[in-house]
Amino acid sequence: MAKITFPVEASHIMMFARAIGDTNPVYHDAAAAKQTEAGGIIAPPTFPQAVAQFDPDYHLRPKPGQKWFGSGKTPSGIEGKPPSSGSLHAEHHYEYHRHLRPGDVLTVETHQGGVWEKESKRAGKLTFRERITEYRDQLGALVITVRSVGVTTERPVDQG
Amino acid sequence: MALKASSLKVGDTHSERVVENLTRTQIVQYAGASGDYNPLHHDEIYTTRVAGYPSIFAHGMLTMGLTGKVVTDFVGDGTLTRFGVRFTNQVWPGDTLDAKATVLAVREDGGQHYVDLAVSTVNQDGKEVMSGSATARIDP
Repeated sequence: MAKITFPVEASHIMMFARAIGDTNPVYHDAAAAKQTEAGGIIAPPTFPQAVAQFDPDYHLRPKPGQKWFGSGKTPSGIEGKPPSSGSLHAEHHYEYHRHLRPGDVLTVETHQGGVWEKESKRAGKLTFRERITEYRDQLGALVITVRSVGVTTERPVDQG
Repeated sequence: MALKASSLKVGDTHSERVVENLTRTQIVQYAGASGDYNPLHHDEIYTTRVAGYPSIFAHGMLTMGLTGKVVTDFVGDGTLTRFGVRFTNQVWPGDTLDAKATVLAVREDGGQHYVDLAVSTVNQDGKEVMSGSATARIDP
């Protein structure tokens, strides 16, 4: 897969921390963050996921001039698409060599990992797909590795 | 303040309510910040009529993000070396989530002290929505 350039910015970290309900000043207040053991603003542990913003081809962001599968005039903007319960997130594992700071410019590369199947009572056949993503900083050092597993279900997960 | 190995013991816990009555707006806020605009997480019409779910539901990564706060509030800022989870049940608008970190081990490796934690997040019915583990550097 193509390499993605992910510039880490203070305002983006602030917005991300707000979205996860984390008011820790180390994510938005430079003066207060300087007094912490982090020594300055850092990004929350799950912030690397926001790399999606910088993937030009990210399939879960609508793009001008392209049909989008969410609702508009009709329940799905892509007519004739077979009904699908979509892909769900099954697992997510981070390994941190260091935490991200505003000013970091990361190079992010994803590789496909394993694919496996399992039968489930709640959602029929499950197909799991593993992805390994490496985040390297402006010096080329590996800073974060992510192992993520997505699952496609045969039918919507039974809530019973 | 960094945690100290000398003041920790196996079985110690730290827990927090990470969200009460999760709103659709907070899920949208997460979509905007993370860049994941999957309609399953904001588009009720698509999610109920096309995908076949009873309502929209939260991103798994929102649950992990909410839970991350409990871990970092416990171990300190910038000290995590590992954080991994499995998403076991979906999180819906209106859910209230409580997350807990439990000390599994306090250990030393190459002169550096670490704490290993079990992490678990449950909803208002006591059903686990996410479980996992984390490791952080700590002081001696």
